[in-house]
Amino acid sequence: MDPLEIARWQFGITTVYHFLMVPLTIGLGVLVAALQTAWVVTGREHYLRMTKFWGKLFLINFIMGVATGLVQEFQFGMAWSEYSRFVGDVFGAPLAMEALLAFFVESIFLGLWIFGWKRLPKLAHLACIWAASLATIVSAYFILVANSWMQHPVGTEMIDGRAVMTDAWAVFTNNTALVTFPHTIFGAFAVAGAFLLGIAWFHLYRRRAAGIDTVDEAGRVVVGASTVHGKNRDETDYRVWFSSLRLGAVVALVSFLGVAFSGHAQAQLMFEQQPMKMAAAEAACHDGTGFSVLSVGDLSGDGATTCDDIVGVYEIPGLLSFLANEDFTTEVKGVNTLLPEYQEKYGTHLPDDSIYGDRAGEEINYLPLMEVTYWGFRIMITLGGLSAAAAAVALWMTRRGTVPRSKWLSRLAVFGILAPFGANSAGWIFTEMGRQPFVVAPNPTFDGVDQVFMFTAAAVSPGVSAGEMLFSLIALTSVYAVLLVVEVVLLCRFIRGGVASAMPELLEDERPESTDDDVLAFAY
Amino acid sequence: MEFLPTLWFILIAVLWAGYLFLEGFDLGVGMLLGGFARSERQRRVLINTVGPVWDGNEVWLVTAVGATFAAFPHWYASLLAALYVPLAVVLLALIFRAVAFEYRGKAERELTRRLWTIALCGGSWVTAFGIGVMLAATTTGLPLNANGDRVGGPFAWLTGDTALGGLAVVGFSLAQGLAFVALKTDGDVRQRASRWLARGLPALVLPLVWWALALVVPGQQPAALAALAAGLIAAALAWACAAQRWEGRAFLALGLFLLACIGAIFTAAYPVVLPSTVNAAFDLTVTNASSSPYTLQIMSVIAAFGLPLVLAYQAWTYWVFRRRITEHSIPAAHTVTPLES
Repeated sequence: MDPLEIARWQFGITTVYHFLMVPLTIGLGVLVAALQTAWVVTGREHYLRMTKFWGKLFLINFIMGVATGLVQEFQFGMAWSEYSRFVGDVFGAPLAMEALLAFFVESIFLGLWIFGWKRLPKLAHLACIWAASLATIVSAYFILVANSWMQHPVGTEMIDGRAVMTDAWAVFTNNTALVTFPHTIFGAFAVAGAFLLGIAWFHLYRRRAAGIDTVDEAGRVVVGASTVHGKNRDETDYRVWFSSLRLGAVVALVSFLGVAFSGHAQAQLMFEQQPMKMAAAEAACHDGTGFSVLSVGDLSGDGATTCDDIVGVYEIPGLLSFLANEDFTTEVKGVNTLLPEYQEKYGTHLPDDSIYGDRAGEEINYLPLMEVTYWGFRIMITLGGLSAAAAAVALWMTRRGTVPRSKWLSRLAVFGILAPFGANSAGWIFTEMGRQPFVVAPNPTFDGVDQVFMFTAAAVSPGVSAGEMLFSLIALTSVYAVLLVVEVVLLCRFIRGGVASAMPELLEDERPESTDDDVLAFAY
Repeated sequence: MEFLPTLWFILIAVLWAGYLFLEGFDLGVGMLLGGFARSERQRRVLINTVGPVWDGNEVWLVTAVGATFAAFPHWYASLLAALYVPLAVVLLALIFRAVAFEYRGKAERELTRRLWTIALCGGSWVTAFGIGVMLAATTTGLPLNANGDRVGGPFAWLTGDTALGGLAVVGFSLAQGLAFVALKTDGDVRQRASRWLARGLPALVLPLVWWALALVVPGQQPAALAALAAGLIAAALAWACAAQRWEGRAFLALGLFLLACIGAIFTAAYPVVLPSTVNAAFDLTVTNASSSPYTLQIMSVIAAFGLPLVLAYQAWTYWVFRRRITEHSIPAAHTVTPLES
């Protein structure tokens, strides 16, 4: 087996997995901080309950992001040592800064927040969750700076065969990073919005199904309380879920707008910076102006996927030009035009250099896997759009104060939580796979031999065997699979338990809340 | 002697020292869950002594590795690739350990709780040993070729020296964990931690002393020898304090012992950051493994701003959670029951 292929699978699996946790952490963290602020400012009980409930789910998810993030930092050196040597001078800096300026704040202030409920003054405690959640955003910025440099290397020169940073300002204000950052952050908020919306809908439906809340003739909600569960399912409980639902839906809608605008800006840059990625996203072989709604491979052949096997079934004229250039007539270059350009600039065969190992002299395929780029791009857009449409429908359906008494809709709202997760994963798979065969894509605005780029084939660790890579791939993937089940089961249990799962004191209304400040709050 | 690469060599030594100083005791506390704790309540006392701080401690590891990547990419690449198998195991251990901290208390069944205890305890042992192997390997060398790639098989790193390094971190962590538990708890747990520390300290610090001696003595560098001597004095002090049940001083003296030993080891290694056992000409040094002066300058500015800040707010955390924890401090575990509808 080829260590390169295993290393790529490992990177893909561990990164996509890590990024299931990350957007929820980013989005939910800020929302929890905002809810706690609302509680501190207004003193209203339902904001406290929301803070505790969503905070509990935030923590269950946060730790998985921390644990799987460690793998990311180590695997550049472990599996991609040639890459690390080539880019370390410029790529290591944002990673180190992320650790020093963001991770410390996240971890330390989150520890203070979890255990500080009784120990810290209210405002100091509030500041802790803000510090931790804003640090997750700072952390995202540093990582996206590093990633954007791989998409579009700037501020760098080639010295002795290595990329050397010459202009840190250029690296940290890379235009690719500046559009990718808002795109990713809005994507994270879309996840958090759908999360709130789906779970809150589920609980409002449960209250209706249990007959706690009813509606009058005008369809307006009549809020009730369940005597079975006492304080736990009172009017405040209703307010928790209804406010969460509306908040989630609004966040999801606003995020979608942010994602769409930043995504458009990103696509425009990408047409310029990595034209092949965008041509592959369109499965566009020939120059044209139309956006493909559906293209399929020519099934009559032997399944070979050369570019000319692709048949456009339906396309929207002019839309592709609009995405790339904001007009409807400029032709966008297709794969057939771009291939010779890439071959002329970067060669037709891998150089006869020892870092390519057995792959030296192989022909270079500049066309990314089109099935992945084409469908990745479309799945991202479709799931993102569906999720936003669902949020708009949810806002309208709940205008009279509660959700319809429909089990089917409740299930749909819960499953809808998955849509923005899927959109995020599809987007990342598209943009990373679309960069192939480069691990550091060439910046077309640089000239001559100074160009900084690196083929993925040259990046893998030369001294590491396929067996070692296979061992870690299998071990990590199995552990990740088990932990995903564990996390989801745990999340479901706490979600089903409602607010009381994060506030056991709600179930103990007989006894006064413990005033003994020697007892830990939120203890492990 | 080039100034910036040397400065970064020192900074990375500081980061590793910080990591071992802080995570040393939380790894130790994790290890103690196995044989030390007598009941579920005592296990929860142990976990909660480090509950608010363990994650912040672990960031020292992330920062040490990240700083190595930024300041010495060749060191980072060669060391991590050569130690592929042990580091993959360490990563699994770190994952289990981190998740266990958060999920253990949420387990509802006895069996799952026990599994999480094993994950936390086993993860701590494996992490301590693996990190020790990594640090020992970077001081005693690996079979590397001219490009810095490992030429031996996947287990070429496994030597007496690296095993000693693994034991050194395990032993120190256990000692520091006992000292921390004695300092942070009360009642039976505190008494026994003190007793265990007073009895076990010499054996627990021995591997680290041995590793430092083996590295420092042949080099005869005055600074390294002085640091080592200071370390030995600190260890003796720590033992004396432990015998007197002076928990705070024993903890501090153990910390000083660690800092002195790390100082001695890194001083003796300088300017080599990763020796090649194949050919001394292939050694990675602070000069040939480092990033460009420009990158190091930028990173220096960031570190000069960031590191004191981190130390300040991390110290504040320890101040906030300065109280001793007793079995009385631990709230009853509550079960999460689904709402009926």
